[in-house]
Amino acid sequence: MDYAIEMLNIRKEFPGIVANDDITIQVKKQEIHALLGENGAGKSTLMNVLFGLYQPEKGEIRVEGKKANITDPNIANDLGIGMVHQHFMLVDTYTVTQNIILGSEPTKFGKVNLKHAEQEIQELSDRYGLNVDPSAKIRDISVGMQQRVEILKTLYRGANVLILDEPTAVLTPQEIKELIEIMNSLVAEGKSIILITHKLKEIMQVCDRCTVIRKGKGIDTLNVKDTNVNELASLMVGREISFKTEKKEAIPQENVLNITNLNVQDIRRVNIVKGLNLDVRAGEIVGIAGIDGNGQTELVEAITGLRKAQSGSIKVNNKDITNFKPRKVTESGIGHIPQDRHKYGLVLDFPIGDNMVLQTYYQKPFSKNKILNFKEIYKKANELIEEYDVRTPSEYTKASALSGGNQQKAIIAREVDRSPDLLIAAQPTRGLDVGAIEFIHNKLIEERDKGKAVLLISFELDEIFDVSDRIAVMFDGQIVANVKPDETDEHELGLLMAGSNKDEAGETNDI
Amino acid sequence: MTSNRLFNILIPIISVLLGLIAGAFIMLFSGYNPIKGYMALWSGAFGDLYFMGETVRQITPYILTGLAVAFAFRTGLFNIGAEGQVIVGWLAAVWVGLAFDAPMIVHLPLAVLAAAAAGALWGFVPGILKAKLGVHEVIVTIMMNYIALYVTNELIRSVLTDNLDTTESISASASLASEWLQGLTFFSRMHYGILIALLAAIIMWFIIQRTSIGYELKSVGYNEHASKYAGMNVSKNIVLSMVIAGAFAGLAGAMEGLGTYGSISVMSGFTNLGFDGIAVALLGANTAIGVVLAAILFGTLKVGAVNMPTVAGVPTELVDIIIALIIFFVASSYIIRWAILRFKKEEK
Repeated sequence: MDYAIEMLNIRKEFPGIVANDDITIQVKKQEIHALLGENGAGKSTLMNVLFGLYQPEKGEIRVEGKKANITDPNIANDLGIGMVHQHFMLVDTYTVTQNIILGSEPTKFGKVNLKHAEQEIQELSDRYGLNVDPSAKIRDISVGMQQRVEILKTLYRGANVLILDEPTAVLTPQEIKELIEIMNSLVAEGKSIILITHKLKEIMQVCDRCTVIRKGKGIDTLNVKDTNVNELASLMVGREISFKTEKKEAIPQENVLNITNLNVQDIRRVNIVKGLNLDVRAGEIVGIAGIDGNGQTELVEAITGLRKAQSGSIKVNNKDITNFKPRKVTESGIGHIPQDRHKYGLVLDFPIGDNMVLQTYYQKPFSKNKILNFKEIYKKANELIEEYDVRTPSEYTKASALSGGNQQKAIIAREVDRSPDLLIAAQPTRGLDVGAIEFIHNKLIEERDKGKAVLLISFELDEIFDVSDRIAVMFDGQIVANVKPDETDEHELGLLMAGSNKDEAGETNDI
Repeated sequence: MTSNRLFNILIPIISVLLGLIAGAFIMLFSGYNPIKGYMALWSGAFGDLYFMGETVRQITPYILTGLAVAFAFRTGLFNIGAEGQVIVGWLAAVWVGLAFDAPMIVHLPLAVLAAAAAGALWGFVPGILKAKLGVHEVIVTIMMNYIALYVTNELIRSVLTDNLDTTESISASASLASEWLQGLTFFSRMHYGILIALLAAIIMWFIIQRTSIGYELKSVGYNEHASKYAGMNVSKNIVLSMVIAGAFAGLAGAMEGLGTYGSISVMSGFTNLGFDGIAVALLGANTAIGVVLAAILFGTLKVGAVNMPTVAGVPTELVDIIIALIIFFVASSYIIRWAILRFKKEEK
């Protein structure tokens, strides 16, 4: 059997932990091979070993059957291994071509030969159906297009094996479809693909085989057509996972959040929330579905006082909180799980215990006459760590040392514990594995069942469908439709998110 | 985590040792005897009670300017303006000391507080500009240094004296000088200011570690966005941090004006106390205890250096080179960290 890449019995240690313990993964030529595992299972470490960023303690890497000693990424490049990172590494103000040739510019008499490169890139783009304009500037093209630029970059450098790290995390359903087509055409042209993911549906849809790793150990490699989502999930997590989030019918009560005719500007001072109206009632979860960049972030920032509202009103429990300072907003009974947990959610250099009182440190019993009472602070922190199962060596450990899932659990613990009337959860499960996602979804539903209002913002349609009692579709700064999750489907929602009105979307759905 | 803590202690110590070793080589290559040079340095700092008194005298303002830089840094601000804050503090202290006579219990605290207030004002300006207009504090503090220097010189000539270069001595009721301490140390210029400096270090530790004010200041320093999200007033904290830092540096000026000199003279250039404070803070890892230890080291080096030309024939500039080298090694701690890790790995 011809393998494009073989990683045999790889072992990689870091001080105190074994990140990869005897993992074997063999990728056939022209196959799409999924690498499945929870966060912290060792997927990234394994791929960084393949890409030459880490040296394994034990084990062997073979490229096309030949033993390879990959000591740095340049060697990986030369061997035809290319990686598309989750976070794009592109210069915003450069064109597609300039970005792709960056670092290996073709020159003619010492001058960069852009024309020639542009031509080459156009040819590559046509050949694989990438549909990228080589002369467009990165800042003018969509996220999906940027990702295709990253793919082009690896192809331009002669990659035969492409590693895609969580490629669908940032894409809309339509863009995901396109990406899948691109992956298929890449394979048809002789490339092999390693897809790092924890989204099981995608694996079932596109992959040929799948290697599952758990806690640094290789668990199994399966043919995708002989398995199913449930088996993969239990292999990955090591226990049974319930996919359909269990919940009772919502019993919406009185209005908690009431937004009328809200206008908000973005950082460039362009109106991005345009006369938005939205209600969220006690005892219901409203999910805002929309493509990134349609004003969701600015909407949340306006509610929570992080951004000024130009006009309109935001009321919580019939009290006008428009343009309140963040502290006043918090004290008005709003909890906020921010979209970017590193930037907003945590002070990473603080111990996790200190982070647990980020909004309440100035109140009794945590401080008295401005003097902190660490005994009380850490008592509280310990309670929350216990109750929300935040895995940390101790409450004194810096927040930055925790895994993403545990950081998020800590934020949720802090926000939910204040028992806010309105809980805003922006992308609460981004980048988390199924175990953590299950936990977080259950917490949101628990809050709803306690009669709290929950506003969920997510770019993951699955999450919107699973958790919401009502879906508000946001497009171009407005709520363009309100639908019940059981009265719609992904297709209709995708079209609504892309700006079709409800009747059009409904019609195409009927066909 | 524990290894991080170990690094924080190891790196300054190794940097100091490397600085001293490199200094020895420089002496060797320049034709001086490094052993004799360092012995002269040692006896110049601790050789007898007079030198010890002088060393303590030098350590005193270093602690305060070190705190001024370290405190601001904990809020993520670079206070390059400690120098100017020292000068205005010095001026304010002497001014109050000269202006009237009052019982010591009123006069001395008033003069000390005036220095702190003047320094605080000098910190407030860059703080408010940063908070409200986003002007970088490094630029503003540097310019404030020059404003402090030349305005102070002008005030000494035209207001405090009649076109003289030095003011009269301050009233005894505003002086920190102590006959008892001087007698104890063969008439060195050591004064009670060291108590103020140590108290200031304790105050910094207390504010940063034990109060909600310190919690906010650190939080803003670590992550402005999360602090805003958590409802803290980022602007207020930036201004407050610079004001407190300025007050510390202003106190350093009082040490000179009320303790060491008892007057203020027209300056042809900077005192360098503020600039050395940056080095003290850096070596002390921006902690109160670290600043005290680093100030002790730098004070010792500075005073001991004076003895080197006469006893060992080594120019005093050598000590400046050593201090610069120590700072270089601290700043390039990455290299030391790398070397330690490498060493550990090979041991295994």
